[in-house]
Amino acid sequence: MRRKLVLLVLLLVLVAALAFPALAGRFYVQLVSKIMIMAIFAMSLNLLVGCTGLVSLGHAAFFGAGAYTLFLLSPEYGAASLWLSLPAAVAAAAVAALAIGLLVLRSTGVYFIMATLAFTQMFFYLATGSKTLGGSDGAYIYGKPDAAIFGLTPFRLADPTQFYYAMLVLMAGTYLVLRLLLRSPFGHAIQGIRVNEHRMRSLGFATFRYKLAIFVIAGALAGLAGYFDAAQFGVVNPDLFGWRLSGLVLMMVILGGMRTLYGAVLGAFALTLVQEVLSDLTRHWLLPMGLFIILAVLLLPQGIGGLRHQLGMVRRRVAARRG
Amino acid sequence: MAEPVLRIERLSKRFGGLAAVSDVSLDVQGGGVHALIGPNGAGKTTLINLLSGDLAPSGGGVRFAGRDIAGLAPERIARLGIARVYQKTNIFAEFPAFENCRLAAQARLGKPSSVLRPAYAYREINEAAERALALVGLDARRKDAALTLSHGEQRQLEIAMTLAMSPRVLLLDEPLAGMGSEESRRMVELIARLASDHAILLVEHDMDAVFSVASVLTVMVDGRVLASGAPEAIRRNKAVQEAYLGTAEGAA
Repeated sequence: MRRKLVLLVLLLVLVAALAFPALAGRFYVQLVSKIMIMAIFAMSLNLLVGCTGLVSLGHAAFFGAGAYTLFLLSPEYGAASLWLSLPAAVAAAAVAALAIGLLVLRSTGVYFIMATLAFTQMFFYLATGSKTLGGSDGAYIYGKPDAAIFGLTPFRLADPTQFYYAMLVLMAGTYLVLRLLLRSPFGHAIQGIRVNEHRMRSLGFATFRYKLAIFVIAGALAGLAGYFDAAQFGVVNPDLFGWRLSGLVLMMVILGGMRTLYGAVLGAFALTLVQEVLSDLTRHWLLPMGLFIILAVLLLPQGIGGLRHQLGMVRRRVAARRG
Repeated sequence: MAEPVLRIERLSKRFGGLAAVSDVSLDVQGGGVHALIGPNGAGKTTLINLLSGDLAPSGGGVRFAGRDIAGLAPERIARLGIARVYQKTNIFAEFPAFENCRLAAQARLGKPSSVLRPAYAYREINEAAERALALVGLDARRKDAALTLSHGEQRQLEIAMTLAMSPRVLLLDEPLAGMGSEESRRMVELIARLASDHAILLVEHDMDAVFSVASVLTVMVDGRVLASGAPEAIRRNKAVQEAYLGTAEGAA
C-alpha cells in the first residue's frame, strides 16, 4: 500500500517532468533547468554535510572551477566540444577538491568551516584579479558546448527544451548513482564517520582517506553542476566562487533535509521557487525570504525531506492519545 | 613460557611534568586474561590508550606480531589485530546493533575496490557480524538502534564489535562498569570463554570478577608497575595489600 503510493507519486512526478516543456513557457523551462543544476550541486554538498558530517562553507569553489574550465576551453567565437570540455571541467574540480581536501580535512568543526571558506575566497580573488579569467566583471561564453561526436549530433544544448531534458537525465542519473554509492560499504563507512569518527578509527578505518575520497567526489559533482550553469547562461563571474553561493546551496541542503538525498533536490526547488515568487511580489523580497527560512527551520527541523517522518510521529502520538 | 603475544617494553607517557605511565614493562600471553588493577589515577587507562594508538607514547616500545607498534595510528593498530573496548561506551548510537558489528567486520574484511555493490550483499562480513552478536547474546536485538539498548547491552554490543574485527588481542577497559550483578556475571563468563582464543588485557575494579577470571595480575600505582604475577601471589603480596587491595576489599 505504502509502496504503491510512493510509486504512484514517482510516476506522476516523472510524467509531469517529461511533459513540462510542452506545457510551460520558455522562461519556466529555463528556470526549472537552472533548478535541476542547483539540485545536482545541492546533492553533491549533501554528500559532505548530511552523509559525512562535514559542514563546508566553500563548496562554490568547485562549482566555479567547473564553470571557469568551460570558459577557458571555449574558443572566443565558437563552441567547445562537450565531450572534451565536460570531462576536463569535472577533472579540474576534482583536482581542486583533492588539493584543498588534503589541507582542510585535517581540521574539524568550526575550523573546517573557516578553512573551506578561506580557500573559496582565494579562488574568488583569483578570478577577480585575473585578466585571463575576465576579472571582476566576468566573461561571456559565446557558444553552448557542442555535443557533436563522430559526425553525429545526438542533442543540441543550445535548444532550451533539449537542455532541459539533458539536465533531467543528469539529475536523475546523479541521484541513482549516489543512492548506490551510499548503499555500498564505502557509503556505510562515511556515514559511520558522521556518527562517530573516533570509533571508526579504532575499528581500523583510515578515516582521512574516506573523507578525502568523498570530498573529491563531491567536488567533482559540484564541478559538473558549475559547468552546466556556465553553459546555460553563457557567462562566468567571480560570484560563482562566492561565499553567498556556498551559503545558498548549504541552505538548500538544510531546508530540504540532510538525512535524505532527495531532500537536497526538494530544497533546491523550494528555495529557488520561493525566491522567484517573492522577488516578483516585492523589491524587498529578502525580508520575507529570511522569515521563510526561519519558519522552515523552526517548523521542519528535519527539512522538507523529513516531513514524512515528522507526520508519522504526529500520527502515532495522536493514535496513542486516543488509544 | 611461550613467546608473549604483546610485549610492552619500558613504555612511558608524560603529560608535561606528570608521568602518567613510567617505564611499564609487561608481557601479555595468548590464551588467558591478564588483569590490570590499581587505584584511580594509576595510569591503567593511559596504558590502554598507548596500546590502542589513541595516545602516542613518550618512550618505550610495544612489540606485536614481530614489529614495534608503539606510536602507530589507531586504525593501523586495529587492522593488525588489536581491538579495544572503551571505559565510556563508544558505539554508533543511531545505527542498529547489527550495523555496529557489520561496520566492525567490514573494517577487517572489506575490500575498498567494490564501490557500487550494496554493503549488505557481502556474505562473509554479514556472517562475522551475526556471529559476534550471537556470541554476546544480542542476536534478538540486531535491528534495534544501539541507543535503545540498556547500558549493559551497550557494553555487550561494544564487545561484539571488537569480536567482529576478529582480533588477536582484546583490550577491555572496565567492561563491567555500571553493570547489574546478573549482567556482570554473564560478562565475566563471556570474558572467560573468549580467553581461550584471545590474548586479553583487562582493566577492572570489580575484584571478585578479576580474581575469578585472571590468570595473571599486574598492579599499577602512580604510573608504575608495583607487582605482577599469579593472582594468589598478588593477593599475598604485602606491598600490594598496603597500596591497594586491603582498602579495596575493606570498602567492598
